[in-house]
Amino acid sequence: MTTAFDRRSLIRGAALAPLVAALPAGAGRGARAQSGQTIRIGVMNDQSGLYRDITGPGSTVCVRQAVQEFAGQRGIAVEVMEADHQNKPDVGSTIVRQWIDRDGVDVIVDVPTSSVALAVAGICREKNKIFLCSGAATSDLTGAQCSPNTVHWTYDTWMLARSTGGAMVRAGGDTWFFITADYAFGHALERDTANFVRQAGGRVLGQVRTPFPGTTDFSSFLLQAQASRAKVIGLANAGGDTINCIKQAGEFGLTRRGVKLAGLLVFISDVHALGLQTAQGVVLTETFYWDLNDRTRAFTRRVLPNMPGGLRPGMAQAGCYSAVLHYLKTVADMGVAQAKADGAATVARMKAMPTDDDAFGPGSIRADGRKLHPAYLFEVKKPEESSGPWDYYKLLQTVPPEEAFRPLAEGGCALVRS
Amino acid sequence: MDEIFGIPAPLLFGQLLLGLINGAFYAMLSLGLAVIFGLLNIVNLAHGALFMMGAFVAWMLLNYAGLGYWWAMLLSPVIVGLFGMALEKLFISRLYKLDHLYGLLLTFGLALVIEGVFRNYYGSSGLPYRIPDQLQGAWDLGFMFMPVYRGWVVIAALIFCLTTWLVIEKTRLGAYLRAATENAPLVQAFGVNVPRMVTLTYGGGVALAALAGVLAAPIYSVNPQMGTNLIIVVFAVVVIGGMGSILGAVLTGFTLGVVEGLTKVFWPEASATVIFVIMAIVLLARPAGLFGRA
Repeated sequence: MTTAFDRRSLIRGAALAPLVAALPAGAGRGARAQSGQTIRIGVMNDQSGLYRDITGPGSTVCVRQAVQEFAGQRGIAVEVMEADHQNKPDVGSTIVRQWIDRDGVDVIVDVPTSSVALAVAGICREKNKIFLCSGAATSDLTGAQCSPNTVHWTYDTWMLARSTGGAMVRAGGDTWFFITADYAFGHALERDTANFVRQAGGRVLGQVRTPFPGTTDFSSFLLQAQASRAKVIGLANAGGDTINCIKQAGEFGLTRRGVKLAGLLVFISDVHALGLQTAQGVVLTETFYWDLNDRTRAFTRRVLPNMPGGLRPGMAQAGCYSAVLHYLKTVADMGVAQAKADGAATVARMKAMPTDDDAFGPGSIRADGRKLHPAYLFEVKKPEESSGPWDYYKLLQTVPPEEAFRPLAEGGCALVRS
Repeated sequence: MDEIFGIPAPLLFGQLLLGLINGAFYAMLSLGLAVIFGLLNIVNLAHGALFMMGAFVAWMLLNYAGLGYWWAMLLSPVIVGLFGMALEKLFISRLYKLDHLYGLLLTFGLALVIEGVFRNYYGSSGLPYRIPDQLQGAWDLGFMFMPVYRGWVVIAALIFCLTTWLVIEKTRLGAYLRAATENAPLVQAFGVNVPRMVTLTYGGGVALAALAGVLAAPIYSVNPQMGTNLIIVVFAVVVIGGMGSILGAVLTGFTLGVVEGLTKVFWPEASATVIFVIMAIVLLARPAGLFGRA
């Protein structure tokens, strides 16, 4: 065997490597994909990067839980696949097209990273499939870019901005500086929060856009924020970015000097990673907390044995459970064949049916695809207030569903006007 | 207070200092890479993963063995260095006679495996690591609030870089190393065990990465992808400085840290890109890098 041959094949292998990495798990089952009456659910999210713990394998666990609880009893055949979109819109689009065209996937679930979610929403509309979005934040999914094939389940930038932003301004934080992740999500979150700050009589003194992904040192940006003399630094980012910001703000003594940090999107796994010592006092908004009531605790007990690394489910993951459960109820109501045939019709039926599950309680889905449920304003406990592992939040306020989310008329969604 | 290019002077000084701190990490990592490339001719893409391992080992020492930061500074480089030597013996040593590309692919694969293993057991959000008590607090420099720990990072990085440079340029061991780079068979003919020296050099380069990891643990969250974010930038630093040039790697590391810091003030969106733009320009003008020999 000659080394020249080896080398050539290795180089070819290297050139193919990124493509292989982008292939979804469960690819190559094309032959039997179109056949039968199996509902195929594709869970796509970040399995390897900074959003892994807030979505990732935990979301798949929650989806499987919903399937096990409902489809098992009703005898509906369901197949769950998962894939890693690496937070890249091009990778995500390729996977979803393959899933739909070749593997016969009916529903795409989760999809954190707003830029990817917007791309997926477009594809699902084009192919008349269903997009149950839990992980992504941008309120454009039910606004300017709303679609009859999308349901936006867990939270959005408008809700976060109103709840956390409004609370901070009421508490006297009337001048703001934003540290914003430089992509669709960060821009939407900054825009929505800035609007609330201004409406409440506050002022935005400046903002800085940080490259995403790939920024690890935020001290320069924090220093710029400090130089603006704003009372509140709004962190329009998520996951590892938020963790590094909060950690480094503590290191540079910003919080000790009375600057308030508004974590506009903080998940419980972020608080866990920071530790209460660093995270205490941060005000944040979530729509699900494992220790909220008996039903959420019951849900958590059921999924916990399968959660990766002993993580408690966060709101994005719980949203996957809740959304898939409601979808399966709709499928049972319509019949599998009809549900598979027409995505938009299935979503229309989902909107007509009230929702109810252990994670989010009773709720409904609005004409623009927005799922409605209460939002909860929490404050992270001090270490001495916490009574056990994962006992992290104090409930400050419950915002009722009709106030928590953007009014139907203000979103600019074409489905509402027509 | 005066303004420079429309930016208040205190802010600018602060950014220069922060750039220097980030430059310290670039310098330490690119130093290890330069040493490894200089002697082994291996483009070590696993360097970021080993940097991450350094931070994780520090965390493990604290949480499983109760050994604090200073012990970690000593033990983590040793443990990760030994791990690196095992990698070299088992895998990398088989590729020296082949093209660079093989080493690059192998170490890239190793990096993915190492990161995957840590991600599987520890998730992606990261783990908290406290700043040691002796280095808590901050100095008020007037123009900015300077955490003691960050000052320590710059000083420590300078000491480690200087020591490595002295060892390689001024000692007999360093002379052997440099000679082996030029002509390994000849050095071996003089009775020097070159394969062992190569293994030790790889271990040394890896230990430097682990040391940088320990320094980074209290500042960044200790997470499996912390190396991935840095390694590409560090490669650009090495390319700009000149592959294999130790002094070049250190000087370029600090300089580019400062350049990046300034970009964060004037055009924040471009701060992740600026280093690569510089790399492209340098490659066009001086393909061997600023300090490299063509």
